[in-house]
Amino acid sequence: MTTELSLSDHAHALHPPTSTGLDNRKVAIWTFIGSECLFFASLISTYLVYKGRDTKGPTPDEILQIPLVTFGTALLLFSSLFVVIALNGAQTGNRKRLLFWLGMTIVCGMFFVGMQVYEFQHFVHEGLKLQTNLFGASFYTLTGFHGTHVTIGVIWLITVFITALRGKLPPERALNLEMAALYWHFVDVVWIVIFPVVYLMK
Amino acid sequence: MATSAVSHAGHASAIHVEKSGIWSWITTVDHKRIGILYGASAFLFFLIGGIEALLLRIQLGSPENTFLSAEAYNQLFTMHGTTMIFLGVMPLSAMFFNYFIPLLLGARDVAFPRLNAFSFWVFLFGGLFLNVSFLFNAAPNAGWFGYANLTSKQYSPGLNVDFWVIGLQILGVSSLAAAVNFFTTVVNMRAKGMKLMRMPMFVWMSFITQILLLLAFPVITVALILLMFDRLFGTMFFTASLGGDPLLWQHLFWIFGHPEVYILILPAFGIVSEILPVFARKPLFGYAAMVFSGAFIAFLGFGVWSHHMFATGMGPIADTVFSLATMLIAVPTGVKIFNWIGTVAGGSLQFRTPLYFSLGFIAMFIIGGLSGVMHASPPADLQQTDTYFVVAHFHYVLFGGSIFALTAGAYYWWPKMFGRMLSEKLGKVHFWLMFVGFNLTFFPMHFVGLHGMPRRVYTYPAGLGFETMNQIETAGSMVLAIAFLVFIYNIIQTARKPADAPADPWNGATLEWSIPSPPQEFNFAEEPVVHSRDPLWETKRERGGKLPEPARVSGAGIHLPNPSYWPILAALGVGSVFVSIMLVHTLGPIAIAAAVLFFFFCVFKWAFEPAG
Repeated sequence: MTTELSLSDHAHALHPPTSTGLDNRKVAIWTFIGSECLFFASLISTYLVYKGRDTKGPTPDEILQIPLVTFGTALLLFSSLFVVIALNGAQTGNRKRLLFWLGMTIVCGMFFVGMQVYEFQHFVHEGLKLQTNLFGASFYTLTGFHGTHVTIGVIWLITVFITALRGKLPPERALNLEMAALYWHFVDVVWIVIFPVVYLMK
Repeated sequence: MATSAVSHAGHASAIHVEKSGIWSWITTVDHKRIGILYGASAFLFFLIGGIEALLLRIQLGSPENTFLSAEAYNQLFTMHGTTMIFLGVMPLSAMFFNYFIPLLLGARDVAFPRLNAFSFWVFLFGGLFLNVSFLFNAAPNAGWFGYANLTSKQYSPGLNVDFWVIGLQILGVSSLAAAVNFFTTVVNMRAKGMKLMRMPMFVWMSFITQILLLLAFPVITVALILLMFDRLFGTMFFTASLGGDPLLWQHLFWIFGHPEVYILILPAFGIVSEILPVFARKPLFGYAAMVFSGAFIAFLGFGVWSHHMFATGMGPIADTVFSLATMLIAVPTGVKIFNWIGTVAGGSLQFRTPLYFSLGFIAMFIIGGLSGVMHASPPADLQQTDTYFVVAHFHYVLFGGSIFALTAGAYYWWPKMFGRMLSEKLGKVHFWLMFVGFNLTFFPMHFVGLHGMPRRVYTYPAGLGFETMNQIETAGSMVLAIAFLVFIYNIIQTARKPADAPADPWNGATLEWSIPSPPQEFNFAEEPVVHSRDPLWETKRERGGKLPEPARVSGAGIHLPNPSYWPILAALGVGSVFVSIMLVHTLGPIAIAAAVLFFFFCVFKWAFEPAG
């Protein structure tokens, strides 16, 4: 048996049917996501607590650019749709659909991360650093940790993409993609909160 | 009985023999061995924390003592608190989660055996990392709740607080990974017929604890990240002069910190709820009320954090809300206490060591609970804040509560874990020494506290009326030390005896007593089917009395996960990531990148490892 195949065999061979009928890994990823909610809730609360408390700039309305980030947000939103289509491809054994839409998801994710890198560089150029003021500290911390999550999501999706490319993602192992997709949706949903809180309420 | 695990016989037809040698422990993914590893390392950390406490007590034994310097005192009380909470009580509970949740559920292992090993190794590395700080004379020194702005670079320029911030983040990774694992295990790995409302009470309380861990630890993680950014990267989250708010730290810390006290006590509740019915020969009184009161305590636990902050002046509305919520928690807690008393009342009590410690737990916890309700009143709390009264209170719940219950659990489950019965005689000596020593040490603290002796101060002047009480406390702490020496002596004596403990020495009610002591690697030769809350008592009733000693079987055909060294390497990766962040100004960002790459490498090797 090749090593790649073992990833999902592991769960099936070891355990008799579970109490809930759900795969252990699916319960675990939902549990983890529940925990992550509190992580981002704390970061967003910190941002809101410090909002408008700065005595020196740059302040949010001086520096934030809504058009660019709206574009990035749209990409992230669409990528959530794309990964659903890709998952459908994986579950129905439609290899073409799986590879194309998973690829599109990854591209969107990469664009989003690229957008954020560009934005951060631009802000530093404009004089907003992590150490500049409370806005800088809480903005970079919040969006930076979100960006790190997106980056990890992209790496995870690329790993699944390579597995699929090598024909190691048959329908019975679609859960391997579903796990990554659930995480991806979560990262997306968090951004749906961050975007209005940071950019639209500036 | 054909179970689906047995039907995978094709995978592994070898007979299971106990593996031995250090490599088998390093690569183990067996929940029982991981439980023993947790227990052994947590007990060592517990002894270190105990020695720290003894040094503190020697210093306070007489006024204006110079046994410890103020700086050494600060390091020792900070490490005593941090150690007892994160490296003592939590991992001792984790030992019982690991060893007994699968056994009580009738499962062959946890949901993710390798993740379980990973949690342990991350915990061990985090604990060692915190204690290594002593070698650099830079142990954390800002108190276990590290209030801003004492922890800022300005007031704590050394590495002390860095060790604390990084160490706790490492331990947080371990707790979260374990919580995901045990949550999934309880949800998904129950034996056939074990509905949620048939689960043993220890599993229920542990399950609720996992939920608390999952929801509370992310909050402290964020608080620690903000503090770390302040110290390492020049942000000003908690620097008042630059607009930051030191109170934010207190809020974030206690939103974690109050659920944390239930993380420390709920497993203890569970252990006692297992022991009392067995030694009273009666089923647990009010099972459903026990479950729901536990859940209610956990729920309310997230709504009372600011009672730790009455002294900050939050205003009448916040004070009132948090005061009422705190008093409300006394209700479900009282329900539990009445249920334990109801379990014992009218039972045919078997006065063995586990019952001694369990009854001691109930009595001591009631005292700690009552002084806790006193803190719920803001005007009273203002007088008690930062005095020894608070120290007395939380030692009555954490030592009189958690440690008494964990010790009860140790005596109760020792034969199952090691196949040997701990000596009853020494156990009772241990109990009485601990009971007397504990009360001598901590009861007088109520009085010196109300007389105004502040906590966290390295000495006190003569003539304030503190001397006699402090002498009694110091003498009491020595009695406690002797109590634990007796326990260690008991362990050593027991280890020398032949492993002849029967499978069911106490006439137990739960599944772990149906299999040999210690259990074989696969736990259950046949997967059990459960029809009631006390499955083993039911079986005994049906078959008319004692069951025959279960035979050790070959276990051929039972599929078990392969050992793996990737968990320990990935744990090393986690440790290196955090240490490289701490040393970023020395080693540069390249070290962080290397550590992250190493961690990712381990995770990939782990994910694609053949399962066997």
